[in-house]
Amino acid sequence: MRSLINILDLSVDEINELVATAEDIIENPAKYAEVCHGKKLATLFFEPSTRTRLSFEAAMIELGGSVIGFSEASSSSAAKGESVADTAKVISCYADIIAMRHPKEGAPYVASLNASVPVINAGDGGHNHPTQTLADLLTIKRETGRFDSLTVGLCGDLKFGRTVHSLIEAMSRYANVKFVLISPEELKLPSYVKRDVLKKNNIPYVQTTSLEDAMPELDILYMTRVQRERFFNEEDYLRLKDSYILDTKKLENAKDSLVVMHPLPRVNEISVSVDDDPRACYFKQVLYGKYMRMALIMKLLKEAGTI
Amino acid sequence: MNIDSITSGIVIDHITAGRGMKLYDLLGLDELECSVAIIKNVTSGKMGKKDIIKIDADIPVNLDIIGYVDPGITVNVIKNGEIIDKKSIDTPQTLKNVIKCKNPRCITSVEQELDHVFTLVDKENKIYKCIYCETKAN
Repeated sequence: MRSLINILDLSVDEINELVATAEDIIENPAKYAEVCHGKKLATLFFEPSTRTRLSFEAAMIELGGSVIGFSEASSSSAAKGESVADTAKVISCYADIIAMRHPKEGAPYVASLNASVPVINAGDGGHNHPTQTLADLLTIKRETGRFDSLTVGLCGDLKFGRTVHSLIEAMSRYANVKFVLISPEELKLPSYVKRDVLKKNNIPYVQTTSLEDAMPELDILYMTRVQRERFFNEEDYLRLKDSYILDTKKLENAKDSLVVMHPLPRVNEISVSVDDDPRACYFKQVLYGKYMRMALIMKLLKEAGTI
Repeated sequence: MNIDSITSGIVIDHITAGRGMKLYDLLGLDELECSVAIIKNVTSGKMGKKDIIKIDADIPVNLDIIGYVDPGITVNVIKNGEIIDKKSIDTPQTLKNVIKCKNPRCITSVEQELDHVFTLVDKENKIYKCIYCETKAN
């Protein structure tokens, strides 16, 4: 049974196919309005994530399907001590496909080993969140028209940000992609990502602490939040926190074609004044996420022979 | 120092000196009722020093564990005083319940019945990753 646990479970061709499907959904939504009629998506959210859950639910409803599920572990059988494996087996009797978020890393993979329906990882702790990466990829494709020959700036918390690591892995498979890694020393991209992904694939990258210096060459700027709790001392946090807040002044030296992205939710790392700039694409990114989830649900249900 | 040769059983030879006890523990040899000898720091022409384990019974041994501890080890099966089988060991592709994932955020940390499974991702450097959380084994 085909599931999606890690973005690298999908080949480049499959990602291109999902992007093409999502773009067709955008152009011809009526064509897809009944594709999943009579089918059920179970959203098993063992930790709250309103945004991702609602995106999955909206995706299934727009495909003509229905949704069942729970939004926190306390309202599931996990509270009674049921294992992830058993939950997956039970829900397979009710639903045609599962989207699972779980605080423990690897839980959706365990579910996929035990379910008789496809399982989509909707985020497992700080580990994987492949549908966020699919949303990011569709945003890049829609807003730049390509995946290759791009200079991608990643800014903020590059150490703990799982969306950043997954995006680097996904974008490293395309030609002529260069990364500019913008972060404080304390939150630099982990050496294993540099070694196992960037160096291994001969992907050019530079590391800098200055967002302003990096800005002019960027085609994509992917912002993440610098969180207070990631610092060892308050002094360092206060010194650095404003360096990575994107405002209209910092955008003055950027390309007109720059695409500003953020996995959301934002706190203050992108000034609200940037929202009106045509280069701000983070709310479109949310919408694109729904279309990619629609494309993914269809793909997995087709491969399972359900639709 | 002399250890009697065995007539029927297993001789695990060419263990890198110092790893004999680790192998003894991982193979669960303390649970056997037959005689088991761990011989440390035996002079070896090829290795300088080596460890040897002799088990006085023909029991199945987990070759994956042996391959994980030291793929250079040889396992000889003895019957009627003769070597009837010499097993060559390779670094195993998968380790099941040989080592435990130490990542406190891994699903195995809360679901005790799950097998701890690691796969070999880098043979040259002998790096294994947990199949659930992808954390490297130490």
